Formats: sequence, C-alpha cells, structure tokens
Amino acid sequence: MKILSIAVNTFRENLRDKLLYNLLVFALLMIGSSILLMRLTLGEFHRLILDIGLGSINFFGVLIAIFVGIGLVSKEIEKKTIYTIVSKPVARYQFLLGKYLGLTITLFVNTVIMALGLLVVLYAQAVPVEGMLFKALALIFVEFMVVTAVALLFSTFTSATLSAIFTLALYVIGHLTADLRTFGEKMDGLSRGVLDGIYYILPNLERFNLKGHVVHHLEVTGSDLMLIVTYGATYTAVLLFTASLIFHRRDFR
Amino acid sequence: MTPNYDLVVQTEQLSKIFRVGFWGKRVTAVESLNLEVRHGEVFGFLGPNGAGKTTTLKMLMGLIHPTSGHAQLFGRELGDPQTKARLGFLPESPYFYDYLSSREFLGFYGHLFGLWGKVLDKRVDELLELVGMTHAKDLQLRKFSKGMLQRVGVAQALINDPELVVLDEPMSGLDPIGRKEVRDLILRLKEAGKTVLFSSHILHDAEVLCDRVAMILKGCLVACGKVTDLLDQGANHQVELMVDHLTPEGLDHLRPLTDKVVIQGDRMLVVLKSQQEVGGALEIIRASKANVVSLNPQKGSLEDLFIREVKEHRNPSEART
Repeated sequence: MKILSIAVNTFRENLRDKLLYNLLVFALLMIGSSILLMRLTLGEFHRLILDIGLGSINFFGVLIAIFVGIGLVSKEIEKKTIYTIVSKPVARYQFLLGKYLGLTITLFVNTVIMALGLLVVLYAQAVPVEGMLFKALALIFVEFMVVTAVALLFSTFTSATLSAIFTLALYVIGHLTADLRTFGEKMDGLSRGVLDGIYYILPNLERFNLKGHVVHHLEVTGSDLMLIVTYGATYTAVLLFTASLIFHRRDFR
Repeated sequence: MTPNYDLVVQTEQLSKIFRVGFWGKRVTAVESLNLEVRHGEVFGFLGPNGAGKTTTLKMLMGLIHPTSGHAQLFGRELGDPQTKARLGFLPESPYFYDYLSSREFLGFYGHLFGLWGKVLDKRVDELLELVGMTHAKDLQLRKFSKGMLQRVGVAQALINDPELVVLDEPMSGLDPIGRKEVRDLILRLKEAGKTVLFSSHILHDAEVLCDRVAMILKGCLVACGKVTDLLDQGANHQVELMVDHLTPEGLDHLRPLTDKVVIQGDRMLVVLKSQQEVGGALEIIRASKANVVSLNPQKGSLEDLFIREVKEHRNPSEART
C-alpha cells in the first residue's frame, strides 16, 4: 500500500512535469511526419510508416525513461523531500519501488498515447494493422522498464548528470551487444572469456526490438515472446534489487 | 546498550565520520555523543552552524548511518519501523512536493501511515486548523511563502499524532511572527504531552521554550542540563548599580569594586564585579550622600554561555582570562 501511495504520488509528479509533455508532443509529431516522408518515397509506404512510428515510440519513450528516471531519486534527495518519507515507517526499498512503479505507470500511459497516435496514422493511410504490431509495442514497453531500472540504479549512487550519461551509454551498448559477441568470437582465450562475460552481464536490448518483424511480416512464437518478457522482468528485478541494496546503505547528507 | 524505556531518546558514544572528496578524507561530524531526552520535555539541541546538530538528528531519524556508538528511540534500536510510527520529523528548510496542494500533500503522508478516507480527511482538517492554514488548503505548495511552508511542514510531522516531534531549525528563516507561531506550537505540543526535540542556533527561543538543552560544538557535547542550572553556572554574577550625584572621592573609593563605570552627567552606571561587592559599594555611596536609583543583578543568558564555550574551544587560555 505504501509502495502504491508513493507510486501514485510519483505519477502525479510526472504528470505535472513539462519535460514529459515536450517529449510526448515531439513523439507524436515524428509519428505524424511519416505521412510527409511517405510522399518523398517510392513504394514501401507501409514499411516507412511502421518503421518511423515504432522507432519514434521507442526513442522518445527511452528518453522519458532516462530523463525522468534519473530525477526520480536524485531530485528527492536534492530537495530533501526524501527526509520526510524515510523518517516515516517506510522502508527504503519501498520508497525505491514506489518511485519505479510510478514512472512505469507514466511510461505505460505514454506508450498507449503514442501507440494510439501511430494507429491513427495507420488508419488514415489505410495500412492493415497486424497482431505483430502489438507484440512489438509490448516489448518496447518491457525495454522501457529495463532502461528505467538502469536509470534508477545509477541515480541511487551518482549525480543526475552522470546517471543520464551512464544510462544513455548502456542503452546504446545494449543494442550493440551482438557485435560484442561477434568480436569475441574472433579472439581466443581470456579476451574471449571477458567479452563473453560482458555480453552476458549487459542487457541485450536488441532482444526487445521486433520492428523488423513487424515491417517484414515475420512471426514470433508465443514461447519466444514469453522468454523475452521473462528475460526483461528478471533483468529488471536484479537491477532493482541491486539499487535497493545500494540505497539501503546510503547516507542522506 | 541496555534499553531505558523512560527515555525517549538515548545515545551512547554516537559518532559519525564522513568521507569527503575524491580521496575520502575523514571528517568527524559527531564525536562520542551521549544524549538523553526524557518523556514530555522540550529539549533544545543547540550549537553554531556546522556543529553536527543536523547530522545527529538525521542519525536518529535513520537518514544517516552512525559510524560507531548506539542510539535508541523509545528504548528500541534505530530504524525499527514501530519506532518510526511514533515520531514526526521536520527537516531544515524543506521544499516538499510543490506540485501538490496542502490537502493532497498531507493526504499523501497520511497514506504512508495507513490513514485513508474519512479518518484521514478529519486529521488533515484538524492539522490545517492547528497550523492556521485552512484558508490555503487547496493552494499548490509552490505558491507558498517560507512561513507557510514551515507550517505545513510542521503539520506533516504531526500527521500520525507522534509522541516525539523532532524539528530541525524550525525557526530559521522565519519572520518574528512566524517564529512566535512556531514557539506557540511547540508549547502547545508540550501541553498535549508530546516530547519535542528541536535544534536551533537562535538561543533566545531555546531559553524561553526548553526544559533542558544540550550544546554541541564541532561534534562534541560541551554542556547539557536544565536551562536554569546552565544559566546559574554560566552567570558572571555581576551587579549593575545606577547612582545619582556621586562625588569624585566616592567614585575613587568605588572603582576597585567595579568592572566598568559609565558617566552620564550627574548619573552614573557602575558595574560591580560580583554580588559580594554590593554591601561595600552601598556603604561608600551612603557615605558620599549619593542616591541609589536602581540595583540589578545580572542574569546570564544562554548566549553568554554559548559565546564563552565557543571561545574556550577556539582558544582555551583566552577564555579563562
């Protein structure tokens, strides 16, 4: 119940954050702009709209996850609001989970709004909507959850600016881990082991990317989908657990 | 540390060392602090800025982990959720969630204590009434003045009807009216049987409000006890004597007994070294046929004691002379 109260308060805080609206407006503009771009392209209209649409939802959602996520905890410490919460019968992990859940709700609402924007564009251009699109959107949301947890983890021990840089870096690397593995395969012995280790430790965010499947009408089996969601959930849980451990030891000066 | 249930706050050798900077240089914020706050008293925690007051309070509130030593609240170790339900805390110059109205703000804190629905509404209304903020219940906190923020801050600390109320610098940054309101509120809490622990560097407030005070300097406790006892200890027992028409010869006789003489026309203000000199001084005055206008024994103030302690810490030899 305490976690939920903090989550609702965080959601309310997010709703009154101008940054969120700016990003949302840009996302909708980007999705809408695919109509204009379509006129400059020969053929493949449908692919273009789907590609730009899903890409925009992913990109702006990640920006919200990072830039609102890094402020979740650091802003509370900076403004000393956390003092009044932690001195009440609220465990630190409850505070952290509440903040996380709050932003997750915000991201969910945003994803729904952006998805509706995309659906409107698809409908206007008479592009057939397939079930795969919703699977892709669901996985994009799972990716947001992982990225938010990364941002939250960093913000429990470092400043907002550094957290943003680290999280952005991890987001980019997370989409390139396959290359890391390929690179490792060309080596041997210790270097290969190290690169393999890094490959398994870092989040493999490319797993959540089904844009190609949607655009090229490829299928993903239900069990594969479950596996990817489980991977995202487990990764998030580990991140949140680590964040709680760090947060528990922290002094609020 | 054996639990003492008669004490609301008890610390034993409580210390905090911070590591600052890149190389983790050790800075002692609080050193071997022994403190006891009893049920139902108003306890002032005094010291200059940077003395370690806030660090100590934060340790008690579970915001900072002590480096060594022990502390108990209501006879239980720090961090016990049951203990936290019995205390209220107002941090120094807080900002709060400025996108909330005072009603939403207090409602949120109420939820953290499991208060919902009508019980919560009633409690919020009572508190807004208590701190005189009923008129601004639907106004966003971002539109509040500092005094108003401080008042909803106090309301926030009282949402769970706590037995111990801890206020960090509750008077700082407030105008005289705001300060008086906080003072009245503290007295009202005392009447209601609450224990109040507050830190301050405004000594006058402490002198008026506190049953007992502790003075801390550079993380070390330098004085602790009843305000009256400390004032007696600290008083220099000087006596101010106002005399009319004292002859120059009379003044010459009087001088050895005085610390200071201020002449204003026919009238002069004589500060006697101690109360023992009063008899002798009066005899000299009578002999020279002068009139005594007034005689005031000087009461020491916490401020005098405070300044002396600070001096003693900076330069022990200077303070003794």
